[in-house]
Amino acid sequence: MDLWFSEYHSENVRFSIRVDKQLYSAQSEFQRIDVFSSPEFGRFLILDGYMMFTEKDEFIYHEMITHVPMAVHPRVEKVLLIGAGDGGAARELTRYDTIQHIDLVEIDPQVVAVCREFFPEITKSLDDPRLHIHHEDGLRYIRRVKDEYDLIIVDSTDPFGPGEGLFTKEFYGNCFKALKEDGIMVNQHESAFYEGDATAVRRAHKRIIQSFSLCLAYQAHIPTYPSGHWLFGFSTKKYHPLRDFDGVKWKSLGIKTRYYNTQLHLGAFALPNYVEEILKDVERK
Amino acid sequence: MDYSAQERAPIKEALENLKNMRVVPFDVPGHKRGKGNGELTQFLGARCMETDVNSMKPLDNLSHPVSVIREAEELAAHAFGAGHAFFLVNGTTSAVQNMILFACHPGDKIILSRNVHKSVINALVLSGAIPVYFQQPVHEKLHISLSLPLQELEKTILDHPEAKAVFVTSPSYYGICSNLQRIGELTHRHGMLLLVDEAHGAHLYFGQGLPCPAMAAGADLAAVSMHKSGGSLTQSSFLLSSARVDAEALRQTINLTQSTSASYLLLASLDISRKNLALHGQEIFAHVLHLADYAREEINKLDGYYAYGKELIDEKTIFDFDATKLAVATMDTGLSGMEVYDLLRDEYDIQVEFGDVSNILAYISVGDRQRELERLVGALAEIERRFRRPQNTLYVKPLPVTPLRKSPKEAYYGKKISLPLSLAIGRVCGELIMCYPPGIPILAPGEEITAAAVEYIENALDIGCNVIGTHDVDIENLQVLENS
Repeated sequence: MDLWFSEYHSENVRFSIRVDKQLYSAQSEFQRIDVFSSPEFGRFLILDGYMMFTEKDEFIYHEMITHVPMAVHPRVEKVLLIGAGDGGAARELTRYDTIQHIDLVEIDPQVVAVCREFFPEITKSLDDPRLHIHHEDGLRYIRRVKDEYDLIIVDSTDPFGPGEGLFTKEFYGNCFKALKEDGIMVNQHESAFYEGDATAVRRAHKRIIQSFSLCLAYQAHIPTYPSGHWLFGFSTKKYHPLRDFDGVKWKSLGIKTRYYNTQLHLGAFALPNYVEEILKDVERK
Repeated sequence: MDYSAQERAPIKEALENLKNMRVVPFDVPGHKRGKGNGELTQFLGARCMETDVNSMKPLDNLSHPVSVIREAEELAAHAFGAGHAFFLVNGTTSAVQNMILFACHPGDKIILSRNVHKSVINALVLSGAIPVYFQQPVHEKLHISLSLPLQELEKTILDHPEAKAVFVTSPSYYGICSNLQRIGELTHRHGMLLLVDEAHGAHLYFGQGLPCPAMAAGADLAAVSMHKSGGSLTQSSFLLSSARVDAEALRQTINLTQSTSASYLLLASLDISRKNLALHGQEIFAHVLHLADYAREEINKLDGYYAYGKELIDEKTIFDFDATKLAVATMDTGLSGMEVYDLLRDEYDIQVEFGDVSNILAYISVGDRQRELERLVGALAEIERRFRRPQNTLYVKPLPVTPLRKSPKEAYYGKKISLPLSLAIGRVCGELIMCYPPGIPILAPGEEITAAAVEYIENALDIGCNVIGTHDVDIENLQVLENS
């Protein structure tokens, strides 16, 4: 048997993973959810045909979307996670004792249920007493909140489908309002390599800088995402991701990571020229 | 007629049969099923071009229907609970014109509110009917017309017993409905026809828990914009008549102005949309109601906005409210509806139906999903946060009363001169002038230009209303009757 999962990374490029078997498939109220197992990447979650994460490389994404802001902001106590129903970002955050409260807003309860069943290692911290899960639209949740969070992490899917509202100006503006005066927002900033994804980078970047005066992008290498080169947005009201970065303090916490380290933190903000150009181009307009 | 007949769409079926017959076209249209105009075919799609055909025996003829169009008319009449349903391809504007042309001979009187859409005034110019206006009160805070005042109407009817018809707009753009049943009893008791502009009410015939539609309330004629809430193509519309009306006489009136090359795209869209609403209207509009109610609830949690609903209903001023409409008063943000309308589009890529001085209207339909509503609500929250002003400096006054001196037709065709606004005071107006939206004339042909009307126009220009209608595009001069 020759069974493969394929995702189009562009109209002319296809990325395939050999599949051992399909473990789950269902249509939730919001999207189609599939779980496969594979010899190379272990189990992986697909939403509406798009790769969300694999057991083998999810650590890269989840470490980078959490530890980078955590090593910059001096005292994160209250965090808002939007999307992130797989629990990966929550797993990283619950390793910090300073964090007292995490709100996780995931629109689709079925995603959480499926991840709990098939990815128990990733979802284990969803039961942490500091974590509070809310099943509603992120855009709806955030418009009621003001001046409340130290850190907001937007762990969204792509800018079409149920995650669409999380790439809009009104959403980023509402995030700005929901953050305290020295708050940080980190978001999934797409990839600048293929034209379709680069358009999403431009749109997201443009809309963020309309609300936040400073938004810098940083990168990670994620093998199962289109082009493998992925970006995150670091939007901040006060702290600069490099000038206010305290590597010594972060190291003293003794958090063991597989991808993130303090040297890599600095390097992650050093972007390739073509990416810098795309972002600068948006900022000039 | 058996309701299962509503599963049929005779015009659509005839078009499909025609396609299968592979008839060689040596008739118009000259694009010959799209082959003669490649770029247009690529743009609109081959299917669309194949459907753009002319009247012929298997497709019937709109001006004298005997087969498939007549069947489709009968199905539509049944679905709407009307005596007859006419397919119109020149917009609901033509439905309104036909109602007035049919009911009034030149010089006949027609009773109506002064707060009508400009298309009604234009119909008066065409027909030569003489309007008898009554004043329709306006909501003090929301600046929208209230339900038609029954006492005022009755008084007008008693003062003008020779009038031929009463013309009513219900629901309004904002969802305000009038007591059509009582109005019908009143008009019929005095031997007049009741004409209802129901442009914003096609869904009332199919949804549940919605205000009573005109035909059920006893209206004689109703103009129904199928392309608004009914889902058909722009410019397609129904004119409904009750069983009391001589339908073939009405058809002769319609044939005075209706195109003799009626578009089968529009006819098929009416046919298919009628079928869809007859079969699925209940669930469709239950969903629309749910979405609109949800949006109202969420918007009313925000500061500065008021999304009004059925709580407006009271015995005296508002008879009923169409809760599928989502109108939002913006004054408490310190912003006008026009400003919020522009901000939604320019800042947030959200297009709403319109903004007037104090409201915006978001059109909710079967095509909407909750996530789009979240964007609208989120954007409204952001607009309030970013742009709110401490005080509402807007200056809204009700439209001033302008006495009618000549019939609209006489004034329209009279000899006119152009005068600067200030010098036009006291003269008889020869043209329409209005803010758009809402499209209610400040002055109409035949009305005296009062000082209050000029002041209203100048103020509207000052606060940034879109003032239109005059011959002078800069709105500095008005056309007035020379001998006035």
